This record gives sequence, C-alpha cells and structure tokens, in this order.
Amino acid sequence: MPSGTIVTGVIGSDTHIVGNRILTMALEKAGYKVVSLGALTPAADFVRAAVETRAGAILVSSLYGQGELDCRGFRDLCTEAGLEDILLYVGGNLVVGKRSWAETEQTYLAMGFDRVAPPGTRSEAVLEWLAQDLPAMESRAKKHKM
Amino acid sequence: MNSALLIDFGSTYTKLRAVDLEARRLIGSGQGPSTVTTDINVGMRAALEDLERRAGKLPRFRYRLASSSAAGGLRMVTIGLVRELTAEAARQAALGAGAKLVGTFAYRLTENDLEKITALAPDIVLLAGGTDGGNMEVVLHNAAALGASRLACPIVYAGNRGAADEARRLLSSKTAIFTENVMPEFNVLDIEPARAAIRSVFIERIVHAKGIDRAAAEFDAVVMPTPAAVLEGARLVADGALGSVLVVDPGGATTDVHSVAPGEPAPGVVPQGLPEPRVKRTVEGDLGMRHNAATVVEAAGIAAIAADAGIGEEEVKALVKNLTANAEHLPVTTNEKALDHALARAAVGIAVQRHCGTLKTVYTPTGPVTVQHGKDLRRVDAVIGTGGVLAASADARAILSRALADAREPLALKPVAPRLLLDREYLLYACGLLQSVEPHAALELALANLTDLDREFAPDAAGGSVHPR
Repeated sequence: MPSGTIVTGVIGSDTHIVGNRILTMALEKAGYKVVSLGALTPAADFVRAAVETRAGAILVSSLYGQGELDCRGFRDLCTEAGLEDILLYVGGNLVVGKRSWAETEQTYLAMGFDRVAPPGTRSEAVLEWLAQDLPAMESRAKKHKM
Repeated sequence: MNSALLIDFGSTYTKLRAVDLEARRLIGSGQGPSTVTTDINVGMRAALEDLERRAGKLPRFRYRLASSSAAGGLRMVTIGLVRELTAEAARQAALGAGAKLVGTFAYRLTENDLEKITALAPDIVLLAGGTDGGNMEVVLHNAAALGASRLACPIVYAGNRGAADEARRLLSSKTAIFTENVMPEFNVLDIEPARAAIRSVFIERIVHAKGIDRAAAEFDAVVMPTPAAVLEGARLVADGALGSVLVVDPGGATTDVHSVAPGEPAPGVVPQGLPEPRVKRTVEGDLGMRHNAATVVEAAGIAAIAADAGIGEEEVKALVKNLTANAEHLPVTTNEKALDHALARAAVGIAVQRHCGTLKTVYTPTGPVTVQHGKDLRRVDAVIGTGGVLAASADARAILSRALADAREPLALKPVAPRLLLDREYLLYACGLLQSVEPHAALELALANLTDLDREFAPDAAGGSVHPR
C-alpha cells in the first residue's frame, strides 16, 4: 500500500478539470492522500499547498496549450520554498503546434519536471511511476538532510 | 427586578449599561475614565456614580459581566507556516477571538524575529503550522525557538497534530495550551477551538495580568475582550432574527468590521484562496477617526475628503493635524463637524470594501471565467452601525450608506440592499456579553435597541425598533 501526500491541479487559466479529476480518484483509490486544487490554479498555489502538507509529489495538468508558459520556473519556485527534492510530474496537451513528443518531453524535463505524460496516458502508468519514484525521492531527501 | 450590569473596560472610557432583563429595556448608561494603568477602581466608581446620577438608585444586579479592551487590548502575535495558509488561518483565529494583532510571522522564526516578538511583549502567542500529517519541521523549529526564548506570555499551540507531543516537550518551560489545528486539512479552516482556547487564556490569565481583576468586587466575571463581545452580539442578532449581518464599528484608532454570513460564491463563480469563516472580523489599523485621521485622508485621497466635507484641502490638513494631536477633541465648529462626517464616511466605505470579497474576470481559451477572492456579502440582510461615532452622528444613515455596493465599483462584493440599522445606545457589545447567560433576553434587548434608519422618520414606525423577519 503506497503512502504519502500528493498535490494535483490544473495550472494557469485552464478550466479542463475532467482528466485531473480521474487521476485524483485513481490516486485516492491507490491509497494516497490527495490535495486536489482543481482548475485555474496558479503555480504558486501548488507550491504553498505542498509546503503546508509535506507532499511528496506535485502532479500538474495542462490541457489548453499554454503549459509551457505556465510551468516555466516551477522547479525554481519549489526550490525557493525549500522543496528541493519534491517530485514534479506534468501531463496533458503540453504544447501548441506541430512538435514531436520527444521534443516536448525534453522541453519539460529541462524545466525540471521528473516525468512528462503525453495525452492518453493511463492513470495506471502514473501510479507505477510514483511507486518507483517516491521511495527513491525519499532516500534522496534523507541524504540531503544529513 | 431582574437586571444586569454590563461593563466595558475600554482603552479611553469605562462604560456601563444597566439593563432590565424582564422588561427588555435599558435602565441607563454610565461612563467614567479608563484608569487601568493606575487603579481600575477609580474609573469604575466614577462610571457607577455617573450611572446612578442618570438612572437613579441602582438595583441589585443579577449579573455583572465585563469585557475589556483596556491596557492595549488583548495583544497577540500569530505564527504560521505559509503566509497565505496556516499563518492566515492563525490570524483569522486571533482576530475572531477579539485580539489586537501586533505581529504576524510565517515560515521559520529567525533570531531577529524572536527579538521582535520579545520586544512586542504580546499577551498571547498563537503558534500554528502544517496540516495534520503535513509539515512538522517548521512548527517544531518555531516551538523550540519560542521555548528557548525569554518570552514569558502563554503560548497557544494550534498546529500540526502530529507534532504536538514534541512541541509540548519543547515548550515545557512555558505556559503552553494545546488545541486543535487551525488548518487540519489543506484549505480547511477550523478556527473555533483556537478561538475558544484564546478566550479561556484571556479569562484565566490576562485579566489578572492587566490588573483588571483589582475591580473584582464590582463584577462577577470578565467574559471576553470587547471586540469579541461585539462579534458575539453580531452573531446573536444574525442567528436569532436578522439572517446575515455586517457590523461596522468606526473608532478613534481603528475601524472594525464583523460579518456573520456564509459569503459563498454565486453559481458559476470560482472561489480562490482560503475558505472564509462565516463569522469573520477584520480590523483596519489605518482607519481611525482620531489617532489615525491622517491615514484615513491618505487612504481616501485628500481631494475626496475635502469635496465630501465641502471645505478646502488646506483646511482639511490643518484640522486633521489638530485631531491627531487632540484625540479626545469633540467637533465644535461647522467645519470640524463636516470633516468628522467625511472621515467617518471614508473609514466606513474603505473598511467595508476591504472586508468584502472581490470578483475578477480571468480570460481562458474557453471563454471568460469569474473568480472570487474573499466573501460575497452582496445579499447580506442587514448592515448595523455601532460605536460612538455613529451614535453621536446627526446623519448616521449617510455614514452607514457607504457600506453599500456602489455602481462605480462593480467588482466589490458589498451589500446591495440590506436594512440599515443603528445601535444608538451602544448596546450590541453588552448583548454579546449578556448572551453568555441570558441568550433570549439578550436577543430581544439587542433587537429592541436597533433603530431602522430607513424607517426612522416614517410616522408608523413606533420607536423605529427592529422586529424579526
């Protein structure tokens, strides 16, 4: 049974909540404590919620094509707030125009996200990623503290 | 006769209200100076003599209850983790308990912060931080820092429940009171337990520490800080009869606004930020009729004040300077009265605007979305004015009407069509005290003494008192 707190939400001026809600339900069913911020969430609100609830991961959804602008500096915000080790995932329709998935993924990895989910990613895949990444993150965080 | 004496040990005056609990009427009022810094009994005796002069021989009172804002009020420092989250929740809890906030801190306390807190010499420190199961490190760091400090005041812990045991050890050298987390889950406010804890610390310790209990022969109990009594009075009339209310109290140093209303967004509007408490108090430290007259002018703009008062800007400046220097001055000349009126209108308008929420339109690719910050108080049933400024005013309606929504500010969620009521005898605080022992009599007394300003001059309004909906 996995444990830990996870923050979810749809970033920026984006109202597409359905996918995020399905993901939230899957996470809860899998035993995570989910802080669901819903639609229209500014980047800073994800970070504030994660600080207060000691979340292990932030899962950001963006469906309206502006994600690249909204997510810029997200990792820096986390570092600034003392969340050096937190896992960051992003998923959805992440860019506008014709760009290969590899290129899109690279863009977001370079921004400091740990996982980038293309459209159509199933929630099971996200659960698998978390099962792998959360324990690794925790041991990394322990090392940081020592 | 079954009667009660309600006492307010204020910062400037000791005020008394004697009420007849059976006839539900005010027997009389009395006032003396505030003498808490020397001997509180002097002011109390003067107030009692004043009351006796006006009301005749006093009955044996069944209850003698007091509130206090003397000796600087209940001075509090609040500490949380994230400024917009647990630090804000702690602030709301302290304000709701009737405190005067002298400092608010967030994140890890530094040595410099601790020096500041020690220098502020608060009566109580409220320590929050972390949701239950959330961050523990910061609240424990802060508990350790407070535990090792020279601070002597009681500390109320309302942080992460999981860190409470460790915090208890860290604070073992202090008087520490443990209560529920002000934010048990992310974005869930639970401020009532902290509010109750602060109030009991106030009754058990602060009343003694401030020397108020030296007048103990004259009263049975000091029940709460005065701002909390006004808030309880507001809650009483709202829940008992009037529906949702907003109370505005422009004073010499600050303007308080209380609302008892859910304030939830209209359908289709998206709420943002922390959920709002149904019973909410805000204090505007820069809006006062005397000590802070200059900052009222600054906030409203001197041109607006001068135009509203119908006097020149130079004269406004001169008069304001005089007011700030002589805080107890009562207006004499026509121009002084006009300025007082304009200052009160500005203070009420700005304080209510800050208390109420706002709407903002966010443009998304799927169309515009309306977002709300704060409470939507457009549908509030009644706006009540209380305090000396409004009671003494010749045109309280003109002052109170500034609390209403204005077509020029369509995004401010101020009351649209409430009844405008005036607490002419300053009885709301007294009924807030009385409700702790006689809720039914307190409610009827409060309602009987609210004047409906829209019906005041109507021939059929017998006394203009207010009846339940």
